[in-house]
Amino acid sequence: MKKIAFSQIDNLLAAIAATQKLYMPVETAGQYNYGEWTPGTTYNPDVLHTVKSAKSVFFPQSEDLIRFKRDGMNLSISPVAPEDEDFVVFGVHACDVKGFAVLDRVFLYDPVDAYYTSRRKHGTIFSVMCKAPEETCFCGAFGIDATEPGADVDSWIADDALVMRANTEKGEKLLESLGSLLTDCDDTAADQAKAETKEILGKLPLADLNTNGFGKDVDLLTLFNRPEWKELASGCLGCGTCTYVCPTCQCYDVRDYNTGKEIQRFRVWDSCMYSDFTMMAHGTNRPDHTQRFRQRFMHKLKYYPDRYEGVFGCVGCGRCLQKCPISMNIVKVMKKLGGEA
Amino acid sequence: MSENCTCHCHDGMERDMLIPQLAVVTAIRQDTPDVKTFRVEGLNGEKLFDHMPGQCAMVTLPGVGEAMFSITSSPTLTEYKEFSIKRCGELTDALHAMEVGQQIGVRGPYGKQFPVDTEFKGKNLLFIAGGIGLAPLHSVINYVRANRKDYGHVDILYGSRSADDLVDYDEIKNEWIGEEDTNVYITIDRPQEGWDGHVGFVPAYLKELAFEPNCTAIICGPPIMIKFVLQALIEMGFDKTQVYTTLELKMKCGIGKCGRCNIGSKYVCKDGPVFRCDEIDELPNEY
Repeated sequence: MKKIAFSQIDNLLAAIAATQKLYMPVETAGQYNYGEWTPGTTYNPDVLHTVKSAKSVFFPQSEDLIRFKRDGMNLSISPVAPEDEDFVVFGVHACDVKGFAVLDRVFLYDPVDAYYTSRRKHGTIFSVMCKAPEETCFCGAFGIDATEPGADVDSWIADDALVMRANTEKGEKLLESLGSLLTDCDDTAADQAKAETKEILGKLPLADLNTNGFGKDVDLLTLFNRPEWKELASGCLGCGTCTYVCPTCQCYDVRDYNTGKEIQRFRVWDSCMYSDFTMMAHGTNRPDHTQRFRQRFMHKLKYYPDRYEGVFGCVGCGRCLQKCPISMNIVKVMKKLGGEA
Repeated sequence: MSENCTCHCHDGMERDMLIPQLAVVTAIRQDTPDVKTFRVEGLNGEKLFDHMPGQCAMVTLPGVGEAMFSITSSPTLTEYKEFSIKRCGELTDALHAMEVGQQIGVRGPYGKQFPVDTEFKGKNLLFIAGGIGLAPLHSVINYVRANRKDYGHVDILYGSRSADDLVDYDEIKNEWIGEEDTNVYITIDRPQEGWDGHVGFVPAYLKELAFEPNCTAIICGPPIMIKFVLQALIEMGFDKTQVYTTLELKMKCGIGKCGRCNIGSKYVCKDGPVFRCDEIDELPNEY
């Protein structure tokens, strides 16, 4: 393992940013989101969650795919090339790191999404351990160990140092490039810090939350037809905030914008909570608000596990618990339908 | 690079599946007052891609949008693809306004085919279609006609609102009717001057015809027709494992990623659109 004095962390970030693009939690108008490092950017270890997850770096909220030009009957199609510059994302917590594993199953295979895949190939994820998990955290319910994110580089804040370990070839390459700033340390250097975080996790209000009643082994139609969905959905505004802050929501829309000179085809995040999400000329298959509400939670807790070997489509980051205007969320759904009232 | 792309304009670059191929409309046929069939080819006669009956493609009109359409032409016709499209929304309005020579974007093929080379082989086939629902079956029927010895007896039951709404009636009259070991039954919903054929809804006519359940049924039409046809088939002694249909839901990507067309854990674009009716029974009733 390697370490650097915590007081030197901004120098570490500047050294990374000197050779490649660096994304990290950046403050704008009092809100933290993943943004590009610029000189003077400092890392704030007290911020646990960015508003939007680190997903936005690899799967941006909006991205251009194609430029079309029309000339009478003729048409030209110019694909926008996927980004192919190396970059680092620093400060990612375990929930968001595992969120990439959820997105990877969708975008990396059968067939490949070239845009996401290229960013995954060129991006190095540098995690920082959660020092102070919050009462909305429940990654443990999905078997995630917040102290072992498993990113390209994992790091822990231990005493006055940032202790780090590379887990992948990409991670090793990054730490090698920072060689002169880092010193060797013992493999146990982060143990105390990990133990402290685990102690906090064990005392959180959602520490005992479990996935009983969900996953690939429960009966699909029984869960789908539970009468409780109506009551659970009744207060939902359908605003889609939960989908926008979610590290695993993957749904997107593809739209065209006519600039006058050309037509830009771009994709944007979309939400299954919106009434026009499935609307076709002849109608929609989910006209009812309860159906749309149920779709989002069934996707995370049943459809995704059914499709991908039992893995859940939620990582327990708790952003939706913090941001929902009516305080409805996946935890309430899990408790209600999982049997714990 | 898309495996089906024949152009060389993006060599050396990872071409995303969402990028359409350039194509040109080479013929337009007005089938009914609101259905046109568009013949589409690659530029300079280049082949777009191979497909199998039941598969679909995304058709793009830049600035208006993109949507999934079943490929109406048989795979045995390799020089072009045909799409029979009903005018019913923003994009289909714009498609109907196109003229021959218009260049468009096409990408595909997408989805699971009808099992013409496996389960259907050697079987008697009963095709049941309503209205524009003939479009996806058209490809299967002509594939079967082109490989006639591989299949048993063929019955085709097709109905529409009126005689004017029968899609591709010329081909049905001139080519399908009268073919050996093939019976074609046509019906329209209401009586009409000059029509001396059968009048009545498809499910009722189906019961009247009382087919033996010794065949595989392939149905497509409005959801309400599919529902009643399926009911009728069950009453006639068919098992759901003998009945196939093809579904349609909103799609943006066509490759199981945009999240729109799911029914439970299945994506219609990728795991469908062709389903055996017993498979549909295991899914939530959201289609």
